[in-house]
Amino acid sequence: MSSFWSITLATLSKDIRLEWRSKDALNAMLFFSLLVVVIFVFSFDPLAEESRHIVGGLVWVAFLFAAVVALNQTWARELRNQVLDAYRVSPASANSLFVAKVLGNFILVSLLEALMAPLFVVFYNLRVLGPAWQLIPVALLGTWALVVNGTFFAAMSLRTRSRELMLPLLLFPVSIPAVISMVAATTNILTGEDSAHFYIVLLLTYDVVFTTACLALFETVLQAE
Amino acid sequence: MSVSASEIPAANGIISVCNLIKQFGRFAALRGVDAEFAAGKFHVILGDNGAGKTTLLRALAGLAHPTRGTISILGKTPREACREIGYMAHPSLLYDEMSGMENLRYFARLYDISGNSRPEQVIRLVGLDPELSRPVGKYSQGMRQRMSLARAILHDPKILLLDEPFSNVDIHSAREMVGLLKGMRDAGKTIFLVTHQAALLEGVADEFVWMQAGQIAERSSHLAPGVRTERP
Repeated sequence: MSSFWSITLATLSKDIRLEWRSKDALNAMLFFSLLVVVIFVFSFDPLAEESRHIVGGLVWVAFLFAAVVALNQTWARELRNQVLDAYRVSPASANSLFVAKVLGNFILVSLLEALMAPLFVVFYNLRVLGPAWQLIPVALLGTWALVVNGTFFAAMSLRTRSRELMLPLLLFPVSIPAVISMVAATTNILTGEDSAHFYIVLLLTYDVVFTTACLALFETVLQAE
Repeated sequence: MSVSASEIPAANGIISVCNLIKQFGRFAALRGVDAEFAAGKFHVILGDNGAGKTTLLRALAGLAHPTRGTISILGKTPREACREIGYMAHPSLLYDEMSGMENLRYFARLYDISGNSRPEQVIRLVGLDPELSRPVGKYSQGMRQRMSLARAILHDPKILLLDEPFSNVDIHSAREMVGLLKGMRDAGKTIFLVTHQAALLEGVADEFVWMQAGQIAERSSHLAPGVRTERP
C-alpha cells in the first residue's frame, strides 16, 4: 500500500477510534436531527401527497445542519494540544489528512442518514412513487458534496475566532447548487413525476469539481498560520 | 514567505538563519536574526518572555513562515528537511483520549514507520512504560512531557527542537531528561532547547544563546556566574 493511503487509513482509524470513545459528533448530530424531524412534523402535519413534495427539502436541510456539527468537531480535536502542528512538521501529505477527514465525516453523516431516513418515512407517511434505487446515488453524491466542502471550509475557519459561525457562512452559499440538485432529485424520485437523472449528473459534476479544487488547495490551508 | 532551496546558500552540516524577520500583524517577533549554528551541538536559547525564542524555534521547524529572510537546515528549507527535524512544543501535541502507545503508533505512520517496536523503544527510552493503557489526558504533567519528547524523537531525527521541555517537571525528572538529551547530543544530534531553567544545562550545553526583543543579543559557551537565565 502506498504511503498516501497508509497514512490516510491510519488517520481515518484514529479519528473513528476518537469518535467512538467520545461520541461527541454523533450524539450532537443525532439529537439535532431528531429535533428537526419532530419540529417539522408538528409544524406542518402534512398529508402523504404533500409530504412527497416537501420532504426532500426537509431531509437535506436537516442533514446539512447536522453535518455542520460533525464538521466543526472534526478539526476541533486537532486544535487541542496543537496536535495539528505534529502533522504539519511531518513529511505526511496534506491531502492524506484531508481525504481521511472527508472519509470520516462521510461515514458519520451516512450513518446519521441511515438512522434518520426510517424516521422520516414513518413520520411523513412516505411511499416512493419513482425508482427508489436512485435515492442511493443521490444520498451518496449529496453527502459527499456536503462533507468535502464542509471539511475544507472547516479547516479554513480553524484559526478564526468564531469558527462555528464561519463554517456555515462559508459552506452554505457554496453548497446551494448541490442542495438544489439533492432536493430536486429526491422530490422527483419520491413523486415519480419527473426523471432525477439530470440532477444526479449535476451532483456528480459538482462533486468532481469541488473535490479536485479542495485537493488542490488544501496544502495551502493546512500550512497557513 | 516561503523560500525555495535554490535561494538558500549551500550550508551542509550547519543550520543557518539569515536576516530572519517574522511579523504578526504590526508586531515583529523576530527582527533580523542572523546566526549559524554548528551541527551536533547542544544550543540553549534563553531570554525573557516575548523575546522571540518560541517563534525562532517554530520558524526552524517550518511552522512559522518567515516574513523576510531565509533558513537553511543542512542545506535544505525546513519543509524539505522535515524528516531530519523532531519538534517538541510547549503543548503536548498528543491526543488526550488515546494512550501513549496509540499516539506514537499513529505518529510513527506519518514517518512510514510501522509496527510497535520503535514506539515501544522510545517510550522506554524516556522512562515510561509502553504497556500503560490509560489515556494521555490522565497522565501527570511530567509523564506528558516525557511522552511528548518520545513523539519528537520517534523518527530518529538529526535535529531536535525542544520548547520548554522541563516546564512543570520535577527536578529529578528534569535531570533525567537532561541526561537523555546529553546522550543524544553525544550521539551526534543537534539540539535546540528553549528554557527558563538554564542552570539545569550548565556543563551539558555547548552554547547559550540569549535573545532580546526579537534578536540574538549574545552567544556564549557558558552561563555567566550569578546570571543563570537572566539576559546579559
